[in-house]
Amino acid sequence: MGLSGIEIFKKLPKTNCGKCGVPTCLAFAMKLATGQAEIEACPDISEEVKEEIGEASAPPVRTVIIGAGERAVKIGGEAFMFRHEKRFENPPVFTLFLSDKMDEETVSDRLTRFNNAVYERVGVVMRPELIAIKGDSGESSRFEALAAKVCRETDAGFVLMNEDTEALSRTVRACSGRKPLIYAATGNNLETLGNLALEFSCPLAVKGNNLEELAGFAERLVGMGLKDLVLDSGARTAGKVLEDQIIIRRSALMKRFKPFGFPTIVFPCEMTDDPMKEAMIACQMMTKYGSIIVLSGIEGHSIFPLLLASMNIFTDPQRPMTVEEKIYEIGAVDENSPVIITGNFSLTYFIVSGEIDSSRVPVYLLIKDTEGLSVLTAWAAGKFGADTIGVFIKKSGIEDRIKHRKLVIPGYLSSISGELEEELPGWKVLVGPREASHLPAYLKQLSQQ
Amino acid sequence: MTIEIPKLAYTGKIKEILLGQEGNNITVGGESCYPFHLFEGTMPHPPKIAMEVYDSVPEDWPEAAIEPFADVIHDPVAWAGKCIDVYGAEMIALQMASTDPNAENIPADKAAAIAKKVSDETDVPLIVWGCGDVDKDAEVLRSVCEICDGRNLIIGPVAEGNYRAIGATAIAYNHTVVASTPIDINLAKQLNILLGNLNVSDDKLIIDPSIGVIGYGLEYTYSVMERIRMAALTQEDERLQFPIILDLAKDVWKTKEVKLSEEEAPLLGNQKKRGILFEALTAQCLLMAGADVLIMRHPEAIALVKESIEELMNRREG
Ligand code: B12
Ligand code: SF4
Repeated sequence: MGLSGIEIFKKLPKTNCGKCGVPTCLAFAMKLATGQAEIEACPDISEEVKEEIGEASAPPVRTVIIGAGERAVKIGGEAFMFRHEKRFENPPVFTLFLSDKMDEETVSDRLTRFNNAVYERVGVVMRPELIAIKGDSGESSRFEALAAKVCRETDAGFVLMNEDTEALSRTVRACSGRKPLIYAATGNNLETLGNLALEFSCPLAVKGNNLEELAGFAERLVGMGLKDLVLDSGARTAGKVLEDQIIIRRSALMKRFKPFGFPTIVFPCEMTDDPMKEAMIACQMMTKYGSIIVLSGIEGHSIFPLLLASMNIFTDPQRPMTVEEKIYEIGAVDENSPVIITGNFSLTYFIVSGEIDSSRVPVYLLIKDTEGLSVLTAWAAGKFGADTIGVFIKKSGIEDRIKHRKLVIPGYLSSISGELEEELPGWKVLVGPREASHLPAYLKQLSQQ
Repeated sequence: MTIEIPKLAYTGKIKEILLGQEGNNITVGGESCYPFHLFEGTMPHPPKIAMEVYDSVPEDWPEAAIEPFADVIHDPVAWAGKCIDVYGAEMIALQMASTDPNAENIPADKAAAIAKKVSDETDVPLIVWGCGDVDKDAEVLRSVCEICDGRNLIIGPVAEGNYRAIGATAIAYNHTVVASTPIDINLAKQLNILLGNLNVSDDKLIIDPSIGVIGYGLEYTYSVMERIRMAALTQEDERLQFPIILDLAKDVWKTKEVKLSEEEAPLLGNQKKRGILFEALTAQCLLMAGADVLIMRHPEAIALVKESIEELMNRREG
């Protein structure tokens, strides 16, 4: 992929000044080649060379930004077919569909649901990110009014969709600061919309009726100097979308086929009237290469599992999410508060601390470094046995903060309790429930004793 | 503009495994490409869904999961019958949950008798799934193998700790085994080799890479499945060329997010639909990674997944 470290090195200043944070230009070049450094880190490279290197070391699927300010979202930037090859970069963006044919009430209701759908999980905020606004009433004033309303009532980014090029241009002009995605350049409007996107530096979607047509249009737009494109192959059946998405991604990665080196947009909302089926289709597209996934509505029971699944698929397989090894104080603890231990896998930590929180019992939660493994996985891997827990408790400093000597361990570790008491003379080991959901009841009982 | 479709040259193929017995056979496997990559290979047998039936009344299930089975929940035979007659189940998976030493801990002979009854009364391929305790499963599943002689049951999970005992008995009574390993491609391959050495024949083996569901380790299962398929289809790894089965419903319906009511968590929407989608979307992800058999629970989740399989098997344009 791209230039080798040596090829990049040849273009660097070769002064080994170290301003990039790496001791030598060669070392910096090697990092660039493997995507571990940003070209901007070296202040002494000319713009021209920067572009050359940047282009060559860029991921085969271009990163495109939609929206402005805090809510701008990145899509694309992908360099792999399978997450285990390294990792996927930018999770797909779930998008709410609004039409200018909808009445006020429907629009307001959907916008409220969209704005409310914000979830926090393992410390990460997940939410649907974009709104697609389609003009299909035939009245440009309705379209413009709807776009204005969305602009006012949310700071999310959006997609402007209209076959009426005039209306579309006017609306883009009116809200160009929000950097909307313009949808979509196709046969007859290609140049007009291409120029519009260039004039306002907005990303542009391009749609063909099939892959061949799409490639042709995208190539023309690239030729016009457009850099930020989003692809729609026109497919609207599950099987065909899957096929097109795979071919687009493979062409970009394996053949460096420039017209397909962009993120994509897909429309489950146009493929069924049943919201449950729509969620299934959206899920398929989440796993296989859809970048913007447009949904007819946002409902908690479907968007939440979709976001969660997408967070799973897009986590870095080489680095489980972890929290710091230390003593966490939950609530107003004192020297009599219970002491509980678990591992540093983010998911485990957030589940357990959440349950402790809701119990309202102040607790010292000891987090031991288990290299990001869950309780049983860590135990099976030899990172959460009686010996290592014993050592950890002694050096953690918890003994100076409490008067009692009682330690609650996860229910799944019941088999180690005897051995752990031997490792920790003077301590009593209590086996907690297996599931964290039973912790509040357990803690209340414990604190009453 | 013509584009050149970059196709993969697959060098391997998943084995076709015949499940069930004469009159109710189903074949699974046989893929010569990645999941639903029908533009460059074939999937002669689309993935199948086995409906769960429990050997005793389940505890701790959310209302939505009980509701469809409320009238048959005390009787595994009637339960299986309803799954087949009303919901059109292609396969049944009998969950021997009450054998669990941490639960009711019913003895092996009692468990085997239940399995026998269900097997006698069920005319679709039958999976009998242990509680996951290595030693107890060895006892129970061996008894099941014996008493259901010649039925070609699908027996699982067969793990590193009990494969000798269960494997040998399964061969003697002509059943198919599920080789189960904890989300690790090397362990999966290793267990298949061990079972091969034991003389479990290649047409009597399917593999279970272990389940992680949405929000709880889905990504690990997803990736290990993709890696297994990659090794099987493009690296001629003959010991991984087996169909994949996943026991997913159990883990889905015990998650906190499925159990929360709408009053407790208004932002998570309708509780019933949420449960159904947690199950159906977990299944959908697993299909995209290479599942051949999915053990599922809720009829509406199953209907969604069946329809999705049909759609994915179809290459029509519009
Ligand atoms: C995903 C997974 C993995 C992932 C790692 C995920 C991770 N970050 O830990 C991978 C694929 C890497 C993995 C590897 C292995 N795994 Co693994 N893995 C799982 C799986 C499917 C889910 C684990 C998980 O994420 N759970 C979710 C977290 C939140 O659960 P948790 O930490 O236990 O927390 C819960 C409770 O314990 C409780 N709780 C937590 N803390 C506390 C504290 C107190 C005081 C209380 C009261 C409660 C409490 O609250 C939480 C929610 O209820 C489980 C099977 C399963 N379905 O559970 C197997 C499992 C844990 N793995 C297992 C094994 C054997 C292994 C391996 C050793 C296999 C191998 N030889 O390679 C390796 C070891 C890792 C290594 N060598 O590096 C076994 C363990 C068997 C056993 N009983 O000891 C399991 C149970 C699978 C099985 N049935 O065989 N695994
Ligand atoms: S800052 Fe630039 S010139 Fe200085 S060492 Fe790094 S790469 Fe070389």
